Amino acid sequence: MTIQPDNRFVDTEPWIDDADISAPERAEMDAPGWLLTWRKFRRHKLALISGVFLLMCYLMLPIAGFIAPYTPNERSADYLYAPPQSINLWHEGSFVGPYVYPVTAKADLVNFRWTYTTDEIRPMPLEFFCEGDDYNLFGVIPSDTHLVCAPDGATLFLWGSDRLGRDVFSRILYGAQLSLTVGIIGITVSFLLGITFGAMAGYFGGKTDWIINRAIEILRSLPELPLWLALSAAVPSNWGPVAVFFIISIILGILDWPGLARAVRSKFLSLREEEYVKAAEMMGARPARVIRRHLLPNFMSHLIASATLSIPAMILGETALSFLGLGLRAPAVSWGVMLNDAQNLASIEIYWWTAIPMLPIIVVVLAFNFLGDGLRASLDPYKS
Amino acid sequence: MMFLRYAVYRFFTMLLTLWVVSILVFVIINLPPGDYLSNQIAELRATGQAEGVAKAEFLRTEYALDRPLWEQYLIWVGFSPGPNGFSGLIQGDFGWSFEFDRPVGEIVGDALWLTVLVNLAAVLFVYLIALPLGVLAAAKSETWVDYTAGFVGYLGLATPNFLLALILFYYGHKYFNLPIGGLMDPVYEGQPMSWLKVKSILLHMIVPTFVIGTSGAAAMMQRLRANMLDELSKPYVETAKAKGLAPAKLLAKYPLRMAFNPFVADIGNLLPAMVSGSVLVSVVLGLQTIGPYLLAALKSQDQFLAAFVLMFVALLTLIGTMISDMLLVLLDPRIRYGGRGA
Repeated sequence: MTIQPDNRFVDTEPWIDDADISAPERAEMDAPGWLLTWRKFRRHKLALISGVFLLMCYLMLPIAGFIAPYTPNERSADYLYAPPQSINLWHEGSFVGPYVYPVTAKADLVNFRWTYTTDEIRPMPLEFFCEGDDYNLFGVIPSDTHLVCAPDGATLFLWGSDRLGRDVFSRILYGAQLSLTVGIIGITVSFLLGITFGAMAGYFGGKTDWIINRAIEILRSLPELPLWLALSAAVPSNWGPVAVFFIISIILGILDWPGLARAVRSKFLSLREEEYVKAAEMMGARPARVIRRHLLPNFMSHLIASATLSIPAMILGETALSFLGLGLRAPAVSWGVMLNDAQNLASIEIYWWTAIPMLPIIVVVLAFNFLGDGLRASLDPYKS
Repeated sequence: MMFLRYAVYRFFTMLLTLWVVSILVFVIINLPPGDYLSNQIAELRATGQAEGVAKAEFLRTEYALDRPLWEQYLIWVGFSPGPNGFSGLIQGDFGWSFEFDRPVGEIVGDALWLTVLVNLAAVLFVYLIALPLGVLAAAKSETWVDYTAGFVGYLGLATPNFLLALILFYYGHKYFNLPIGGLMDPVYEGQPMSWLKVKSILLHMIVPTFVIGTSGAAAMMQRLRANMLDELSKPYVETAKAKGLAPAKLLAKYPLRMAFNPFVADIGNLLPAMVSGSVLVSVVLGLQTIGPYLLAALKSQDQFLAAFVLMFVALLTLIGTMISDMLLVLLDPRIRYGGRGA
């Protein structure tokens, strides 16, 4: 490069006639769709944080037993309705490391409740990587090592204990295993049904479309909860917790598909007329192949965003059903089952910590909403 | 004239839907193995109470439970004569509640009106809250007003109804001395309407209305905000602004009217959710609506009661949707009279 006397820059390299002038921008223009989406998504800070939070929640599920100091149905009969304990680091100005004070229960025979006194003289350091009750890591590997345990002679009820002296914090961790997967299974069912019916209605049109459309309209005009209730009431009471769990998630999914089917249908109606669909059909592709290979990939990402937005409804649905006693039942542990214990005013007033499971519910539902909004906003990368 | 034709058309589609719903409800109710009476008969046999068995057997034939399912359905709806001639839903005979040992119509009686009342109040509440807040959030978009409204809205969507109910009840009683539980003071139960009774009902309705309405209001507020923002970015708004129209007048004159249509249309989506919510909240708060009856009936397989409540709830939402469809046609002449998608 040389500078001319009149300050112009002139490149000394010879001019290549057939060079691609868009080459410097090529990388940008050829960036794959997911990269563009990711770049856009990254700017939605709230959605990003929610996504990371949810990812951590789901990653935590298989190792819940390791993190929880207790197992879900482990009872401490001497500590019924024990209030939350705090973990402290400093005792009387000197550093002790994480410790708890031991508490002792006394029956209050005037008000008929347990009162707890904290012994603030003896700090008892917590144990880490210690042996506790047996549980299964990843659901299969038997183990008894816990991240943190209560020291001998003391308890570790971070969020208090419930009616039967079970640790609320540990139960919330275990409850997440069911409460969070209910939404995933439910949405899978709803996704399969919604895509199948929506695609059939949109692709074939005519009578199929009419019938499916009426079904969608009818299902959408009915209140969900009473139907959920009726269907769950039909689950035989002698089934095991696992079977009940699966059937409840499927019930939640069965009533959720119409919204999705409607979206799929309207998309199909417009995409069906595209040239590439005609081309595929003329080359002899069967309807199933046209739908799967040519039509669905067009708006799969959009569907995933709307699915993210319907997971919260299912989590809340499970909670409501279990709360009313028609969903999951003890000994299964879910957030709704736990809230079933907090059903009366006494729990809210005296034992407020039994209502703590509502916090994870609210946080998770909010996170799914933010994530879904962020995804939806970033899925069209070419729109500013 | 066109409107009348549309109304008639819409009414008949509603009837048709209701018919399909009745099949659906009947199937769902009969899904669980066994029924109330056979359970009872088995139990009575086991404990050796012969006279009870005779009564249960009598009820079985009286309500045609010994016939095949499809015949039971026809009799229940009233399409075909039962043991006592035509006496089904169509004829106004809602069947017998085996658990309460009284006719279904007698049990639900008042609860029906209270259910309608609670849901109407909740719908009104949604509109009263969502309309000003949604407009405000759009007009002051991306300021703290917008963010606060959005955050409160999200929170309303994310909090489980029943918990909100319990918490509001507790604090409402503690700080505002609001009554706890029920829809009226027990003194007024079964009494004829009087000014004091109305006042008692109104006072009891504050918390339930708030709880049932919150999630609906949050959703509606967000939609109204989005609609308003769409309208506000159109050139005519800019023109009006350039010509010096006052901000409040500018907002109310055109954008609000345009954004209002989806607002009315949305009631079709809103109502099912609200009725769901009211069932749940009624159970938690012990309101004398049909919610608690539904739960009790489902738990004990009291099939006529459960089926009737389900049908009533469906009818409520269907009528609501029909009314909103008709209102929409009146409001917006651009909508074709052919009905949605038909």
